[in-house]
Amino acid sequence: MPKLQVALYWAASCGGCEIATLAIGDKILKLAEAADIVFWPVAVDTKYADVEKMADKSIDACLFNGAIRNSENEHMAKLLRQKSKILIAYGSCAVEGCIPGLANFYNLKMVLDTAFIDTASTDNVDKILPQTRVNVPEGELELPLLWETVRTLAQTVDVDFFVPGCPPEERTTWLALEALLSGKLPPKGTVIAHPSNAVCNDCPRVKHEKKIKAFHRPYEIVPEPDKCLLEQGLLCYGVATRGGCGAPCPQANMPCTGCYGPVEGVRDQGSHFLTALASIIDSNDPDEIEKILDGIVDPAGTFYRYSLADSMINRARIAP
Amino acid sequence: MTDFEPKIVAFLCNWCSYRGADLAGTSRMKCAANVRAIRVMCSGRVEPAFILRAFELGADGVLVLGCHPGDCHYAEGNYKALRRMMLLKRMLKQLGIEEDRFRLDWVSASEGDRFTHVVNDMTEKVRALGPFKAREEAKVA
Repeated sequence: MPKLQVALYWAASCGGCEIATLAIGDKILKLAEAADIVFWPVAVDTKYADVEKMADKSIDACLFNGAIRNSENEHMAKLLRQKSKILIAYGSCAVEGCIPGLANFYNLKMVLDTAFIDTASTDNVDKILPQTRVNVPEGELELPLLWETVRTLAQTVDVDFFVPGCPPEERTTWLALEALLSGKLPPKGTVIAHPSNAVCNDCPRVKHEKKIKAFHRPYEIVPEPDKCLLEQGLLCYGVATRGGCGAPCPQANMPCTGCYGPVEGVRDQGSHFLTALASIIDSNDPDEIEKILDGIVDPAGTFYRYSLADSMINRARIAP
Repeated sequence: MTDFEPKIVAFLCNWCSYRGADLAGTSRMKCAANVRAIRVMCSGRVEPAFILRAFELGADGVLVLGCHPGDCHYAEGNYKALRRMMLLKRMLKQLGIEEDRFRLDWVSASEGDRFTHVVNDMTEKVRALGPFKAREEAKVA
């Protein structure tokens, strides 16, 4: 049987997904037995031009991580879609925008000003901003054009499968690779993860009826070891997050932050968590409710930490 | 923008507000025709996602009306709505959606006049804000 031709690419991402791919440990040898890596900028010396020369659909599967936020990201998404039989959005950035997607709370000018001018540690008196073209003695250099709005991979090209997580857990990555290697692929559009209703399903902490009088940030309290973190007032996202990760965060005393995306059947993860959270606030008095809500310092940023770019209102409206 | 007619989606609870709207109608009260009414069993049934979805599909404003506090047919549903909408309001502000585009209020079955007042007031406020353009802006590359 000919070896599978596999490509991996990173767009707007942190590099964590590349490490997550390697986190499968010695199973990587099984991958190497069954597949040739034809393109992987982080590990294999291939150029964009090499991909452009490949025949259409000559790559069997491409694991694409990272969000789409500039012209280069879009070009590579379209190119890899054209060259690949199966395109997999790997990791939260490609699936739902993730941390880069938080740029959608601002416009491009605000993003550039913060990155290159305003921060206290930045020394840029001439207010020089990155240009898309610049002439140097060696010739003209080109940088990709940065966009106003961060998009997901599926908002840019047709995607076959989704692998959730920031980054995907080892078991999830291997589940996807195993499906690929064995050829037993689920229906198109499937989010590949171990079946589990929500992170709470995976979490061993003891759960009771939830009634909350005050919210806390993780540094403010030392949580009890066995009790549900949400019941202790921490903003644990497990109730509104797809399970299958094995709940490593709550088991390490850290609340779930929602990286596996919405549970099956839900489109807007942020408002789903908001709904759950507001329902368990233990008060009917508007003044007291306001006080309790003050404990949630950044509601939109917390609820859409990973999914803003893929949510119903996928960016903030900013007055010109 | 004088010829702009705002589209307002209104979620009305079956037991109080929908009947309040009905009363306004049968009493032949004059009321802005900008509201698209959706009857739900309880304001506690209205998930914040419904409101975001209405905006996504082109609503210029969203109204949620329920029984007055203490009068809920299901005892506590409107308090649940109150908590959700209070938190949603904070979130909408961060998303740059003007405060007047979303309103939670209470209208009983006997308050046809109050229904028309809330609808007219909201319609004028949203008219002043102009059309809501979440999706168009989102497409800017």
